[in-house]
Amino acid sequence: MQHSVSIKDLSLNFGNVKVLEHLNLDIAQGEFIVLLGPSGCGKSTLLNCIAGLLDVSDGQIFIGGKNVTWLEPKDRGIGMVFQSYALYPQMTVERNLSFGLRVAGMPKDEIARRVARAAEILQIQPLLNRKPANLSGGQRQRVAIGRALVRDVDVFLFDEPLSNLDAKLRSDLRVEIKRLHQRLKNTMIYVTHDQIEALTLADRIAIMKNGVIQQLADPHTIYNKPTNLYVAGFIGSPSMNFIAGTVDGTTFTAADGTKIPVGAYDFAAAPAGSLKAVLGVRPEHIFLGEDADDVPYRTTAEIEIVEPMGSETLAWTKVAGIPVTFRCSSDIPLNVGDKVTIGFDIARGSLFNAETENRL
Amino acid sequence: MSQTATMTGSAPVASGEVVEARGPRPKPFFTPRKIIIYSVLVMFSLYYLFPLYVMVVTSLKTMPEIRFGNIFALPQAPNFDAWVKAWTSACTGLTCQGLSPGFWNSVKITIPSTIVSIFIAAVNGYALINWRFKGSEIFFAILIFGSFIPYQVMLYPLVMITREMGIFGSLQAVILIHTVFGMPILTLLFRNYFASLPQELFKAARVDGAGFWRIFFEIMLPMSLPIFVVALILQITGIWNDFLFGVVFAGTQNYPMTVQLNNIVNSAQGTPEYNVNMAATVLTGLVPLTVYFVSGKWFVRGVAAGAVKG
Repeated sequence: MQHSVSIKDLSLNFGNVKVLEHLNLDIAQGEFIVLLGPSGCGKSTLLNCIAGLLDVSDGQIFIGGKNVTWLEPKDRGIGMVFQSYALYPQMTVERNLSFGLRVAGMPKDEIARRVARAAEILQIQPLLNRKPANLSGGQRQRVAIGRALVRDVDVFLFDEPLSNLDAKLRSDLRVEIKRLHQRLKNTMIYVTHDQIEALTLADRIAIMKNGVIQQLADPHTIYNKPTNLYVAGFIGSPSMNFIAGTVDGTTFTAADGTKIPVGAYDFAAAPAGSLKAVLGVRPEHIFLGEDADDVPYRTTAEIEIVEPMGSETLAWTKVAGIPVTFRCSSDIPLNVGDKVTIGFDIARGSLFNAETENRL
Repeated sequence: MSQTATMTGSAPVASGEVVEARGPRPKPFFTPRKIIIYSVLVMFSLYYLFPLYVMVVTSLKTMPEIRFGNIFALPQAPNFDAWVKAWTSACTGLTCQGLSPGFWNSVKITIPSTIVSIFIAAVNGYALINWRFKGSEIFFAILIFGSFIPYQVMLYPLVMITREMGIFGSLQAVILIHTVFGMPILTLLFRNYFASLPQELFKAARVDGAGFWRIFFEIMLPMSLPIFVVALILQITGIWNDFLFGVVFAGTQNYPMTVQLNNIVNSAQGTPEYNVNMAATVLTGLVPLTVYFVSGKWFVRGVAAGAVKG
């Protein structure tokens, strides 16, 4: 099968600093890939390499089956959207959109046709004669997307496009980008540090750390079956609860001696003998009161902090001497000091080898 | 019956009551702090303005009046004879045509030097920031180092170089020298300014397919007006005020205004005509003075913009 974008053994060093190391990534035609990670993990660097704005130290990049490793950005068949929008301040929106086409020496009527189409798709026709300074943040980002759109390319690159917008606009534009992808069916590579954006937009998410892809999978797998402790801790807000201990057969023993049966857990490979391990349970996989009746592990805990979030309530308590958060309906009245019964849904939890930090 | 009750309803406002704080805080003008600041400012401006005052009034006096010695007094009958003489007929060495030939020589030197040096420096700064090449940092360091070397050290080699080029003693020679010596500081200025522009703009233009010159002319230049104004001011005033390069490289036919001014003021023959000297000096300083007045706001803004990022 032909991949839309294929990265083979890519490395990039800045002097002695290794930013990317032997990175491989295959992206299917029309796929929406999100590169997710904290700042400095190399995700933007990778995007710049794909765009051709950075020279790679080693490895190859293929776009549409063509080796583009040595090609100029304009010859790679990509469009790019930047965090700061990067609109040319002295040009009107129309000139901004058409700049690349004018550089390419395209006939005027073709330019006009493409600009009109992009403006129609993005609903920016009334703005065409304005300068970027007279646009709101959301409008600017729309124009920036339009500039990628008019190039009529197969691959769109987004470099944290929503990070400069306020919360409301961000969620609006997120939906719009998703709609755009469904309409155009282009390959899109999207860099962000916002896990909500990643989870909502992506077909597949690549979680990066220190220039290495930790896990590449669809959002559901990433969320429910994180491949290692780093991914488990990075994805999810509030983050997963971790309890350190040892696992022996079907019993997990926490550091303070609390025994938790983990027979319901779906081991990739059952550990032989006793093994130092970390048990991870997401806040929404901890059940409260009667809901906890059917789960293998139940305990009584005292509520320490209650955070009402509107749609739900987040509560802090302690299990096996370790702070644990859980979510519950905001309709349940919870007060600090309440003694409640909570149960862990072990089948949906995660167990990690404490040494290698990989999933068991 | 109930009428009496209302009598005590409203309490009279006590006079001398402390005003409750509300709205903008009052800002009294005559505070000790402000008085000190303004008096220092006034003193310093007087200190700088006084020589100018003496020059202007002296230039409007006649020689007999000057000989009375009241240099601070206003002229009894202001006249512009000294100014006319300074411009048209004062003796600058062998010729007696006043400063006007020197003025035009200065114009002929300043305009091309300014344009050429600014253009090259702008391209340099742009390339150093956006098109980093192997050794670009070292190149920049060497260029900056050049600005620390005193001009005098290089004077003699430069004379030989221009002589070998066959342009010594001509306008081209002065223009070349001014362009070369403007390079370090101007390149630094432009480099820092371009560094302060968002890098993503440059990336976006590259994705759009624009090349070196296209990005420079269509993206970078339109955003660089403030720094161009700063460079213009620096170069116009610097080159206009230059004496050393003018006297060494231009040749007697092309002496700039500063050199001719020197020749008027320092002429050893006859009695010194203070009023003509003063008028000639003010005339020579008029161009830089105008440049500062017209562009002061831009100058401050540009220097601030250029200085932020290193």
